[in-house]
Amino acid sequence: MASSPVPTPPTLPETDPDLAPRNTSAARLASAPVAVSLERVNKWYGAFHVLRDVDLSVRKGERIVICGPSGSGKSTLIRCINRLEEHQAGRIVVDGIELTNDLKRIDEIRREVGMVFQHFNLFPHLTVLENCTLAPIWVKKMPKAEAEAIAMRYLTRVKIPNQAHKYPGQLSGGQQQRVAIARSLCMAPKIMLFDEPTSALDPEMVKEVLDTMVGLADEGMTMLCVTHEMGFARQVADRVIFMDEGQIVESNTPEAFFRAPEHERTRLFLSQILH
Amino acid sequence: MTAGSQPLPLAFVRREAVPASPPPSLVSGPLAWLRQNLFSSPANAVMTLAALAVIALVVPPLLRFLVLDAVWTGQNRDACRPEVVGRPVGACWAFVANKINYFIYGSYPIEERWRPNVFFALMAFGVGWLLWLDAPRRAWGALYFFVVFPLVSYGLLAGVPALGLPSVPTALWGGMLVTLIVSLVGIVASLPLGILLALGRRSRLPIVRLFCVIFIEFWRGVPLITVLFMANVMLPLFLPGDVTVDRLARPLVGIALFSAAYMAEVVRGGLQAIPRGQTEGAMSLGLSPWHRMRLIILPQALRIVIPGIVNSFIALFKDTSLVSIVGIFDFIRTIESARVDPAWAAPTVVMTGYAFAALFYFVFCFGMSRYARFMERRLAAGQTR
Repeated sequence: MASSPVPTPPTLPETDPDLAPRNTSAARLASAPVAVSLERVNKWYGAFHVLRDVDLSVRKGERIVICGPSGSGKSTLIRCINRLEEHQAGRIVVDGIELTNDLKRIDEIRREVGMVFQHFNLFPHLTVLENCTLAPIWVKKMPKAEAEAIAMRYLTRVKIPNQAHKYPGQLSGGQQQRVAIARSLCMAPKIMLFDEPTSALDPEMVKEVLDTMVGLADEGMTMLCVTHEMGFARQVADRVIFMDEGQIVESNTPEAFFRAPEHERTRLFLSQILH
Repeated sequence: MTAGSQPLPLAFVRREAVPASPPPSLVSGPLAWLRQNLFSSPANAVMTLAALAVIALVVPPLLRFLVLDAVWTGQNRDACRPEVVGRPVGACWAFVANKINYFIYGSYPIEERWRPNVFFALMAFGVGWLLWLDAPRRAWGALYFFVVFPLVSYGLLAGVPALGLPSVPTALWGGMLVTLIVSLVGIVASLPLGILLALGRRSRLPIVRLFCVIFIEFWRGVPLITVLFMANVMLPLFLPGDVTVDRLARPLVGIALFSAAYMAEVVRGGLQAIPRGQTEGAMSLGLSPWHRMRLIILPQALRIVIPGIVNSFIALFKDTSLVSIVGIFDFIRTIESARVDPAWAAPTVVMTGYAFAALFYFVFCFGMSRYARFMERRLAAGQTR
């Protein structure tokens, strides 16, 4: 359905300059190598068919926003990419490595793919700094001092270096989510997955997390975000994907997607969330 | 919002904060504390008075028996007989003082009793090293306590003739020495075994899971007394004639396995309390299953179940007194045999012996309980979920 990015150049100038799409250059992506490819991926929870023949290919540096009603399989889709969920049919290739039951390959892929969760999933018994250095030290066998230096660099980038020695429980939701982003970045991932990163946050904290994500996008990170923040989609996405009942129903550039959604279900969904 | 006597104007902006006022006198102070905690309601007041009545009823006689009327010195039963002393006699502490070495060492040869003393010192050193959370080199402390100390202690207590330490058969060991050995082995063996069983019970491999479930349910379904009798009487029947297991080691193994089964269920409770997201977070970072368990899940799960673990330790410590019925001269058994000594036949000797036993167990159990509270608070500092 959407195996290659749609190269329609942006024509419509946005009214809000801050929401203007940034370097959405089809040329930039057209030549980029494929980072993630899904071919006819199928998954069942028991008898429930949750992913149906999903085809998707993500190029390096591409930013994709996935939206859709709850239960449409969007979280399951991105959780298949780092094998938090197992797919039963089809192929998933991440950074040239095919996902199989081979545990070594799964570990390899998880090292390349960072993930940010709705409920942060920080480790409450470790300080912020320890949360960030744990994986570099134990997975990459990095010396502690080096891991801490890297962690402090990323904590500075997400603007909370002064909280490094606190425990996650002492931080606000927005701060915790930024720590979670920093924790992922410490592993220097090539691809970042975001699973509704702002839906568990108080409204006034959504912006600080989105700003961090926009910064990441500006640096050219390959990103797949499940989110209903349509302002964010408009601002950074190269492509917006709408899923329903386990299928990709529509995939388009944000301008076209929001201006003229083609599918009936997309229109219905957008009318419900963009009140 | 607008229910006040004066209706609020439609537009209103507060320019200055309302200053804080001091609380009324019934909010703080000792009187307020009494009112809030002891007499907050008629039912509470009745309970307070009832509790005071019980204290008045119980404490003075107890104090009189244990301290005021007690006999502190003496060489035989005459010191504790009211008709000889000529006054009412409470606890006969002279009896305990006279038998204290027997209570501590049992029948361990008198000229070799420096060896249990060294053992006690080594144990205190190791326990102190482990329990002091800021101690230097705690990893070495663990190595000492779990490897060096057991090996050295065994050689020390049982004897190494090659090194000039005459061997002392376990039949002669007794008293607090044996009680501490049995509890220590039970505690030290049951926690790691229990963790393994708990993990096994949650394993994805059906064989492992089945084995752990059967093991746990078997040991939990059998009374400890049965286990001890089986270990002592029936085990030798199953073993080939030339294989003998030491008579102290048999109940030791039984107690360790018995308490491991209980420990496994306590630990499993903790494992189940950890949200799935913790595992997923660790997986997404590429941590291996072993690292996920050791660095993320177990530290959190064990902290949650500290009260349960200590509860099991305390129960185990007291349950070790059951080994006395299979002929091991533990602390309780030494009291049992000392109290029938005709040289100390006096009315209050029996009660004194049991009071001393209660005191001994209470000191250890209360110590464990307080330490666990301290550690819980210490570990929880700043880490609310």
